[in-house]
Amino acid sequence: MAASTEKVSRYTPQEWRNLRLGLLFVSPWALGFLLFTIYPLLSSLYYSLTRYDLLRPPVFLGAKNYLTLFFDDPHFWNVMYNTLFYVGLSVPFGVGAAFIIANMLNSKIVARSFFRSVIYVPSIVPAVASAMVWQFLMNVQYGAINGVLRYFGLPIIPFLSNPGWAKPSLILVAIWAQGAAVVIFLAALQDVPRSLYEAATVDGANLWHKFRNVTIPLTSPIILFNLIMGLIVAFQEFTVPWLLTEGGPMNSTEFYLIHLYRNAFEYLRMGKASALAWILFLIIVVFSLIIFKSSARWVYYGGEK
Amino acid sequence: MTTIASESQTRPVPRNYPDTGNRWQTVLLEVIKYAVLIPLTLSFAFPLYWMISSALKVDPQVYTMPPILLPFPIHPQNFIEGWQILPFTQYAVNSVVFYTVPAVAFTVLSSTIVAYGFSRIRWPGRDTIFWLVVMTMMLPWAVTMVPLFITFKWLGWLDTYRPLVVPALFSHPYIVFLLRQFFMTLPEELSDAARIDGASEFGILFRIILPLTKPALAVVALFRFLWAWNDYLGPLIYLRDENRYPLALGIEQLSRRANDVGNFSNGIPYLMAVSTLVALPIIVTFFFAQRTFIEGISLTGMKG
Repeated sequence: MAASTEKVSRYTPQEWRNLRLGLLFVSPWALGFLLFTIYPLLSSLYYSLTRYDLLRPPVFLGAKNYLTLFFDDPHFWNVMYNTLFYVGLSVPFGVGAAFIIANMLNSKIVARSFFRSVIYVPSIVPAVASAMVWQFLMNVQYGAINGVLRYFGLPIIPFLSNPGWAKPSLILVAIWAQGAAVVIFLAALQDVPRSLYEAATVDGANLWHKFRNVTIPLTSPIILFNLIMGLIVAFQEFTVPWLLTEGGPMNSTEFYLIHLYRNAFEYLRMGKASALAWILFLIIVVFSLIIFKSSARWVYYGGEK
Repeated sequence: MTTIASESQTRPVPRNYPDTGNRWQTVLLEVIKYAVLIPLTLSFAFPLYWMISSALKVDPQVYTMPPILLPFPIHPQNFIEGWQILPFTQYAVNSVVFYTVPAVAFTVLSSTIVAYGFSRIRWPGRDTIFWLVVMTMMLPWAVTMVPLFITFKWLGWLDTYRPLVVPALFSHPYIVFLLRQFFMTLPEELSDAARIDGASEFGILFRIILPLTKPALAVVALFRFLWAWNDYLGPLIYLRDENRYPLALGIEQLSRRANDVGNFSNGIPYLMAVSTLVALPIIVTFFFAQRTFIEGISLTGMKG
């Protein structure tokens, strides 16, 4: 209750006490931040400038790992292409699909929580378990999807065995597991004040106008949130492609984290893997910044924070 | 203003599809909505249905074309036989005792204390430093993966669960963020009254704040349980000895065995049966704690 909110250069004894207590409470985080974030960040920057196989001490190479990756490693550009293809389709389509589904669920609907549950559950099932069933479903010879196609005399789809189909198939699995975004959107939609829709109706707005001028602006901060989080996750997708295709066929699903994992833990190239990690870090930062910058134009922050 | 208000009063507006001026349009939209939603929901549900129903089949039924939708006769013994091909009971013990339980306990305890420090005590610089927490939420884990492996190897922690569990003692940024959101909603007077009575900050946290935020604790415990139970990459990096595998690695091991032709029959039903058993705790928890799940995930987006 002490009136200590004015700008004072020296802290009162009460503030000193609070500072000590506050730091005491957040010290587990602070320690963890130094040990598991700052130190690894800096040491991986150092390792990225070396050749290091864990057996012999690191050999300093300067920027050689980066230069080799950029100018002398066609495999790297293939991995980059695969990753950008995957992120570029799975994030917009995933977020878009989640937004549309959430809007359908937000209207007056029978058994809404049943629909919501069915769509949410795939996102919490262990990725290993869902990878197993998708591998089975998408099998060319005995998978259920091709079984149905064959029954109707349609051509079969080589989901996971054809380089052209493998990436879209994995994107499909990713969109199937988008339920969490649906739930987040649905919560945001339910927070949009009814009165705005009613006012729009009075002004003669049709459904599209309301969607475009009320729903989208008022949920745009959540769209931004889901885009950024989706981006971070998609750039680092590992488990499902690793289990379904192991990077194949013909390296068509060798995504960034799979490539990084192989270099680090199969070939023990810790230096190259660290360089890959830093490049990915910068790519994610740049993409996030672009989205954040653009958000000034399309994200609406209303009167309330 | 007044004319508009009175107008909307005299002309009652339907609850959810406010008057579009055209009844037929409304009906058509209803039809389209269900025509999209029902097949969509069915296709979301199908893979998990297929997992469970295939777990109840035996070899020829699994390969029959067109696919058999309802298995008959059913073979529930697949759940036992599949479980016994590899030491899955050991894997389950590993998953629960060495990974999930300590990870949840450590994360919730440490993050509660940290979140308290970031919300219920007013100290200079607090909100600036909290920004760092938010930033680390967005830090790609790929960046710290290699150096952490090198560190844990140096500590001699490979082939143990320590690399997966010890960092939990230092709180988790995402969970700190969620708990802080909850703690901020409680009125300041609550703490002030206790402080006047001479309670310590730890006393306030454990005797006043925590009893009031039990639902929040349930949410974050649930999330952490999910991450540990579903984690695949972490164990893959740190565990070599098969006896220490968690369930996630066990399933992968079973699928490798099942894919080796001629190894044993009923490979797919067994694989689906074990996958069902591993997914089951998650699905059951969801149905019992549905509200907690939905509220928790909804709060995630509150950042804005």
